[in-house]
Amino acid sequence: MKSLPNTFTEKKPNSFPALPVSVGLFLLAAALSLSLGSTFFSPAQLWKAASGAGDPAVLRIFLHVRLPRTCACILAGSALSISGVIIQSVLGNPLAGPNIIGVNAGAGFFAVLCTALLPAWPGAVPTAAFLGALAAILLVYGIARATRASRITLVLSGVAVSSILSAGIDAVVTLIPDTLTGAASFRIGGVSGVAMQSLAVPGAYILIGAVLAFSLRYEMDILSLGDDMAKSLGLRVGGYRFCLLLTAAILAGAAVSFAGLLGFVGLIVPHGARFFTGSESRRLLPVAALVGAAFVCVCDVLARMLFAPFELPVGIVMSFLGGPFFLYLLIRRKGGRSDNG
Amino acid sequence: MVELIGVTGGYGRDMMVHDFTLRFAEKTITALVGPNGCGKSTLLRMAAGIAAPSAGQVLLEGKPVSTFSRQKLGQMVSYLPQARAVPNIPVQSMVRHGRFPYLGYPRRYRPEDHEMVRRAMEWAGIAHLAGRDLSQLSGGERQKVYFAMCLAQDSQVLFLDEPTTYLDLSCQFEIMELTRRLRDAGKTVVMVLHDLGLALSYADRIAVMQSGRLVADGGPQEILESGWLERVFGVQIGTGGMAGQMGYVFVPAPPNGGDRQNGKV
Repeated sequence: MKSLPNTFTEKKPNSFPALPVSVGLFLLAAALSLSLGSTFFSPAQLWKAASGAGDPAVLRIFLHVRLPRTCACILAGSALSISGVIIQSVLGNPLAGPNIIGVNAGAGFFAVLCTALLPAWPGAVPTAAFLGALAAILLVYGIARATRASRITLVLSGVAVSSILSAGIDAVVTLIPDTLTGAASFRIGGVSGVAMQSLAVPGAYILIGAVLAFSLRYEMDILSLGDDMAKSLGLRVGGYRFCLLLTAAILAGAAVSFAGLLGFVGLIVPHGARFFTGSESRRLLPVAALVGAAFVCVCDVLARMLFAPFELPVGIVMSFLGGPFFLYLLIRRKGGRSDNG
Repeated sequence: MVELIGVTGGYGRDMMVHDFTLRFAEKTITALVGPNGCGKSTLLRMAAGIAAPSAGQVLLEGKPVSTFSRQKLGQMVSYLPQARAVPNIPVQSMVRHGRFPYLGYPRRYRPEDHEMVRRAMEWAGIAHLAGRDLSQLSGGERQKVYFAMCLAQDSQVLFLDEPTTYLDLSCQFEIMELTRRLRDAGKTVVMVLHDLGLALSYADRIAVMQSGRLVADGGPQEILESGWLERVFGVQIGTGGMAGQMGYVFVPAPPNGGDRQNGKV
């Protein structure tokens, strides 16, 4: 078969400088998140405050409100995005995401349960959330395995598991009302009132998860080819799939433990990033992490400003912004991206 | 190099393959043919070490296939399943996946890996597609990418499950020519083929399966003359030549086992 000299199809699909652009987006979003809010801080003001010359109140607000909040957005956004990338690759399912297949709900249920039963141990919440995320992931994956189910069944069983676990969250919150001061904010996902100290443990989890994810980037790519092909390429499929799902659970669990059920970002950011980088993990992972962080930062800025002085939980803004964008991606995406030859 | 001894197996309790014994001749193309659901693909997966047989043995270089590590097996045997993933990654990255079995720690592809990838793409005639997205290629081009990946894998034995299905005619011939070149390069190729004409034209050996059992194996001419293909598939086969090449026509067998006409067309 002679291929025609193709002048216009010759364009390389991956020539888009996705990484520099996402670094730029990330820095911009972080800067916005640090300076915008009920009061505006210019960089000059912050510099003055930091050097001790300016208003000490500025420094206090910055250090105890803006900075932790921005860090929380960055951590949650990147963790859930990386988790989403992993789950989509490993389950070979573009519909999967930590919120869809019940990972977030599992993390949330265990986190709420831990808060209710061990109120004296707030430091245990991230670990409980991780265990919940892992339990949910293994449950859904186990169901899919046992029934040798299709991708659709996987998603459906995830939705079922997710709704059971969400009911669990609601039950705990309803029966033990003292559990959460901001139950609504937890259900929707929010980062207001986060303190720097409470980010330490989840931050460490997320760092470990991100390093694990990136070091397993090639295994992830091989796994996404399907079990048989992965085996024939010399990959121990079972072991590595477990490692990767564990990583996804660490990341999603840690994020949910302080930001609540901020689910959507884990589905749409990997999708959006894939659109620009392709599915190769070594390109996709950093871009998804940066864009995820930027996306949550921007959503949180809007959540603070739109109805100031009232604040929305960031999850609401995220769904209002992200939903239409996701639909746009789906519509724009041409056919031919099917996963079967 | 690959030998199956009394291999039995399937999914769960459904035994798709029964007591299959065959030694795949080295440096030849063996075509595995049989009606739908006769267990060809199941057999191929077991022979390639993807699935474990529930009874019997698969020997690779005289040793049970289970004694090799997954990675070592990946360096010795390639397997191309019928349902192949089409990730949206550049062609060269897909071909580079063939080097995965050689990847050490730390995970970094070496210059010789990239060289193998480049050579494999040239060999398969897809070097000009290196930067293109796999998901944007035609079926025939994609199939060549998978072949290049298998070549980059540098294995001695290749198991291919219906590599020509869904391809248009000229692509099918191209793929079969590539298969021939693999064999000429000293590789052992075992392929499930749906198209009897391609099997008869291109394979060195044909193994005929029916209801999970091996019923005949031999050279194409031998198999054709044995009448097994006609019996198993319920067809009559005619042969004819054109431009110095042999071609085959298949017509349904007459009902109630009427007069068979095996002959020239």
